[in-house]
Amino acid sequence: MTPLNIALVGNPNCGKTALFNLLTGSRQKVANYAGATVERKEGWFTTPAGRSVRLLDLPGAYSLNATSPDEAVTRDVCAGTYRGEAAPDLLVCVADATNLRLHLRFVLEMRSLGRPVVLALNMIDAAQRSGMEIDLPRLQAELGMPVVPTVGIKRNGARDLLARLDGVPPPVPTPLAPGTDLHAMVRQILADCVTHATPLSDRMEERLDRWVLHPVWGPVILLVLLFLMFQAVFAWAQPLMDGIDAGMGLLGEQVGRIMPDGVLRSLIVDGVIAGAGSVVTFLPQILILFAWILALEESGYLPRAAFLLDRLMSVAGLSGRSFIPLLSSFACAVPGIMATRTIQNPRDRLVTILVAPLMTCSARLPIYTLLIGAFIPHRNVAGFMNLQGLVLFGLYALGIISALVVARVMRWRNPDQREATLLMELPAYRLPNPRDLALGLWERARIFLMRVGTTIVSLTVLLWGLSSFPKPPAGAVGPAIDWSLAGRIGHIMLPVFAPLGFNWQICVALIPGLAAREVAVGALATVYSLGSGTDTDQAALQLGGMLPTHWSLPTALSLLAWYVYAPQCVATLAVIRRETGSWRVVALTAGYLFGLAYAAAFLTYHIARML
Amino acid sequence: MRLNDLPRGTDAVIDSVDDNGSPDPVAQRLRELGFVPGEAVRIVATAPLGGDPLAVRIGFTRFALRRTEAQRVCVHVAKAAA
Repeated sequence: MTPLNIALVGNPNCGKTALFNLLTGSRQKVANYAGATVERKEGWFTTPAGRSVRLLDLPGAYSLNATSPDEAVTRDVCAGTYRGEAAPDLLVCVADATNLRLHLRFVLEMRSLGRPVVLALNMIDAAQRSGMEIDLPRLQAELGMPVVPTVGIKRNGARDLLARLDGVPPPVPTPLAPGTDLHAMVRQILADCVTHATPLSDRMEERLDRWVLHPVWGPVILLVLLFLMFQAVFAWAQPLMDGIDAGMGLLGEQVGRIMPDGVLRSLIVDGVIAGAGSVVTFLPQILILFAWILALEESGYLPRAAFLLDRLMSVAGLSGRSFIPLLSSFACAVPGIMATRTIQNPRDRLVTILVAPLMTCSARLPIYTLLIGAFIPHRNVAGFMNLQGLVLFGLYALGIISALVVARVMRWRNPDQREATLLMELPAYRLPNPRDLALGLWERARIFLMRVGTTIVSLTVLLWGLSSFPKPPAGAVGPAIDWSLAGRIGHIMLPVFAPLGFNWQICVALIPGLAAREVAVGALATVYSLGSGTDTDQAALQLGGMLPTHWSLPTALSLLAWYVYAPQCVATLAVIRRETGSWRVVALTAGYLFGLAYAAAFLTYHIARML
Repeated sequence: MRLNDLPRGTDAVIDSVDDNGSPDPVAQRLRELGFVPGEAVRIVATAPLGGDPLAVRIGFTRFALRRTEAQRVCVHVAKAAA
């Protein structure tokens, strides 16, 4: 039997994704819609009666009258006109039971599509708790479609919906007369079917917003949250990272002991284990960072942060809407740049894309962590702050300030008369749901480990090859790597980068860093591990302890400054090309980032040497 | 009175949403989000550094609006008893 095609639709913040996670569990696939850069989430499940279902989680929309690429995808898929997407057999429209006044209007719009619709009245528990009474049979009759209560965050929350899917297929609703005043109709339906329509959460929102949106306390809370986030990334991850580090060291040692000396042992120990191992170590930090961003997003706090920062962003010529893509860019610029689709103003969107790579992505964390750990003393400042965490915070701040300046310059170069808009919902506060957080984190961890397993391992192996061959001639003096291809490439690049205080080993590491920034760490490990001879394989995994004997402090600081801007990330440039469809923008991004990186590293190196 | 002139914390009722030029996608979206005549609104917060944007409560939903967007919405102050 062919699976039933169901599309989940609804307003943003209706709890649609929680319901999607509840139904499909981890049987999900995330990709893009053909010909668009809108995220496509699909999942599979089987109903209690054994019916297999293919579930599509459409982007949230306020109206079929689309104002963003996301909403356009939702409109076209629902209408069955999206090329390459099967028309859904059934639309499950999700509405937040505590916010029916807003959400029912969209539900009524669904009636005009000529497709069977079921309304999932989500968060029904929260509505009932606040004393709201909803007359389901009457609501069903007035809306002209079946209504089932659901609770996206409860284990059995989709039971009624599943039962409905197993029952008689719902009919196609009769379309409304054109020109019907949907708001008036919603008001009438609410008056008929809902009593005590004041949700309890409303009072909580009122009380929380008094602090969170306060002109003074609001920014203080925001700063404290961001500061805690970065302290957590640095401090909480340490024990886990030490554990992974020790494990990898042990693995390298064991494998080194079992395998006979030779090229293969060098490949496995110096190439794969040293290279990939030094990157895997950073998984805990990346996951902690993502956990914070996901939790802030789920809780409904992020749009409030955007509200607080709108004014500041408008100084740079952007709107608060740019804050969310830019915050995502702290995890990775690729999803960040994709998230700019929610910005309606084309110029704001372009500028946001251009500055997104300045946000310190998690791929830069391995390099920051390595260098800070090796060169900045672990010391308390003012009693409670950790100097290392403070330096990390400073690097992030430098990226943010640079982004604001660059955005401002771009706006000045390219003025736009169009009105800047914000218009953004501040959703109800919600306790982040552990399952949704876990699924989001699992997705991230999987992507990261896949990258380690594919791109990063192949690059480190390639680099190992370049660093190992050709072998030095018999009777040669000095480390073998000096004779290798990588050594030669490094020496050729050296004149360009020597003014920044970089040595040729750093130059070599910059090359594979093009594919993924974090590879630079693995590359350094490989280069130094081979340079130091086969007896000290261990050294690669204690790279941090070894670097201070090879580099001066100005060199380390210069490399840190370089990585604040670091243009080299092919994935970011590729997504910019895809999102803007313009090589000119790609060249502009790469060019200005390279210029800034070079200038910043140059200044840092020379100032640090003078001090 | 325009919504951007409404003092914070004062209950008001929407009279109309006016197009600023045509077509006006902002006004269109405001109406879709429930800014329609007869709805009760209140400004619940103003942002730091100059009081722009506004956080507006309509029904049980809150929206962040810039003052230029709020200017499209005509309101009158609700009677104290209402």
